[in-house]
Amino acid sequence: MTSSTISDPAAGADQATPPRRKPRTNWREVGLAAALILPNLILLIVFTYRPLIENIRLSFFHWNISSTRRRFIGLDNYVEWFTASTTPTIVFNTVVFTVAAVAGSMIIGLALALLLDQKLLGRGAVRSLVFAPYVIAGAAIGVAFQFVFDPGFGLVQDLLGKIGLDSPNFYQVPGWALFMLTVTYIWKNVGYTFVIYLAALQGRRKDLDEAAEIDGTSRWRHLTRVVLPQLRPTTFFLSVTVLLSSFQVFDLINVMTQGGPLGTGTMTMIFQVYEETFNNSRAGYGAAIATIMFTVVLIITVIQVRVQDRQD
Amino acid sequence: MTARIDTPPARDDAGNVRKPEEAAVATPVRRHPRDPNESGALAKVFGYGALLLTVAMIAVPLYFIVITSFKTHPDIYSDPITWWPNPWAPENYSYVTETMRFGLYLRNSVIITTILTVVQVTLGVLSAYAFAFLRFPGRNILFIVVIAALMVPNQITIITNYTLVAGLGWRNTFQGIIVPLAGVAFGAFLMRNHFLSLPKEIMEAARLDGTGFVRTLFRVVLPMSWPTVAAFTLITIVTEWNGYLWPFLISDTADVAPLPIGLTQLQQNEGLTNWGPVMAGTVITTLPILIVFLLLQKQMIKGLTAGAVKG
Repeated sequence: MTSSTISDPAAGADQATPPRRKPRTNWREVGLAAALILPNLILLIVFTYRPLIENIRLSFFHWNISSTRRRFIGLDNYVEWFTASTTPTIVFNTVVFTVAAVAGSMIIGLALALLLDQKLLGRGAVRSLVFAPYVIAGAAIGVAFQFVFDPGFGLVQDLLGKIGLDSPNFYQVPGWALFMLTVTYIWKNVGYTFVIYLAALQGRRKDLDEAAEIDGTSRWRHLTRVVLPQLRPTTFFLSVTVLLSSFQVFDLINVMTQGGPLGTGTMTMIFQVYEETFNNSRAGYGAAIATIMFTVVLIITVIQVRVQDRQD
Repeated sequence: MTARIDTPPARDDAGNVRKPEEAAVATPVRRHPRDPNESGALAKVFGYGALLLTVAMIAVPLYFIVITSFKTHPDIYSDPITWWPNPWAPENYSYVTETMRFGLYLRNSVIITTILTVVQVTLGVLSAYAFAFLRFPGRNILFIVVIAALMVPNQITIITNYTLVAGLGWRNTFQGIIVPLAGVAFGAFLMRNHFLSLPKEIMEAARLDGTGFVRTLFRVVLPMSWPTVAAFTLITIVTEWNGYLWPFLISDTADVAPLPIGLTQLQQNEGLTNWGPVMAGTVITTLPILIVFLLLQKQMIKGLTAGAVKG
């Protein structure tokens, strides 16, 4: 690769700054920029934007993942999904899982951040421990937690037994299966919300704390009146990020419940996309559900950008 | 992962704090001691109680997983559960590595993660550098195109990417797993923000010296950017090591499947009857990334918080 100097011909050797001229296009610079940017741009266009457009187009067709024969059927896939008898259950599962994941991991993450922001012995080690599950593969946590929740021999039934309770059957009762998935996901994801909140707590302005101390404001009031308002941008950022990532959880469901029990017990939209496309060979229908999901993500993202622009 | 387009909270790598509110997870914050009567022993007791509860909630399941991987079959199916393997059964591990070919899965994970990390970090740094310091028509639009890829969730790309990869005859190959995942959006965003936070004088000085653009990158800019590059690298390693959906769809055999897929395979083979080997597989999948994390968690956390916390 040839190296080119970034030189503006107007810049003389004298120190007087030359008057700003309209920068001319420097073709060497453009060529270099193309060389640096294009490889990545081409990858993103081919494997992100092209499939996005193609997916939307193919959601209007009836087709099978393993053949190239496609039949145009207009909005039929969408009509079918919105009128299917299983759809309310699947939407309910998706909403419950995402909302519980967002609320659970954010409340616990904030509580832990507040706790570990205090001067306590062993604080550093506990911080690492809280963050650790976040770096473990979802598939590994899912597999391991299947046994943790095993109604006969797992850890949870043993602990429940100690306080005289019977373990629910997490694998046969849809509600409990969804509960198990949600708890497992929160257990993993608290590491992330905790780290972000902790950084925000350490980065916040502390000049109001002293005033509060002099006034003798109670800790609780100080938290709700001073600290939480300061954390509002972080709270907003996290709620969107966790919402979008929990909306797309596949690995955990695939190893723990496969969308069951009873067929749709823990079926969420992402799992339905996979199930319809690859197991039922209905790629057009899967693409339609994926497009609906994308629309939801897009709406959430637009709201996020708007709100953040207001915040800044 | 969504990202904010603003300057990251940053100390530039020369060490001058550019913003007072730098978020360094490890440095304790100076607090004013409160009135001891108000928050005395009671608060401390409560604090340590909460700390112990936190440790238990996370450490007990992890401990349970590890000891289960060393237990024999009858020991696993004992009620109440035992907290120490008796006898020890390291053969769970040899079974998993020999019969279930976990050595292969491990090798595949290393290959996939290494290639993806090298490619993504290279592409991310180079394109961020161009976006930060070069003038060319359409620069802002193109940058938005790169960033907006963050907003495209993978479930909408898998179906048509799958048909493309299958059409190329790339199913069950390394390139089929790696190439579609190689483009980078978040890293380009992270690095560009960092480059823009570098003092202007540095680029200026390099320019006046007549140092070439590419040489400036290696001689001047990168030496001041290693912490950010390290953060970006670590996040990429963790993401790719744990990646699931795409490799799950593309790999059919142990020849190319990474560990999480091997683990799924193992679980389906052993069903719910043979937890010892399954837990051993879980430990093998988890241990490498945990070691990386324990050694380099500071850099990783820096990368995660850079996009999130307002600077």
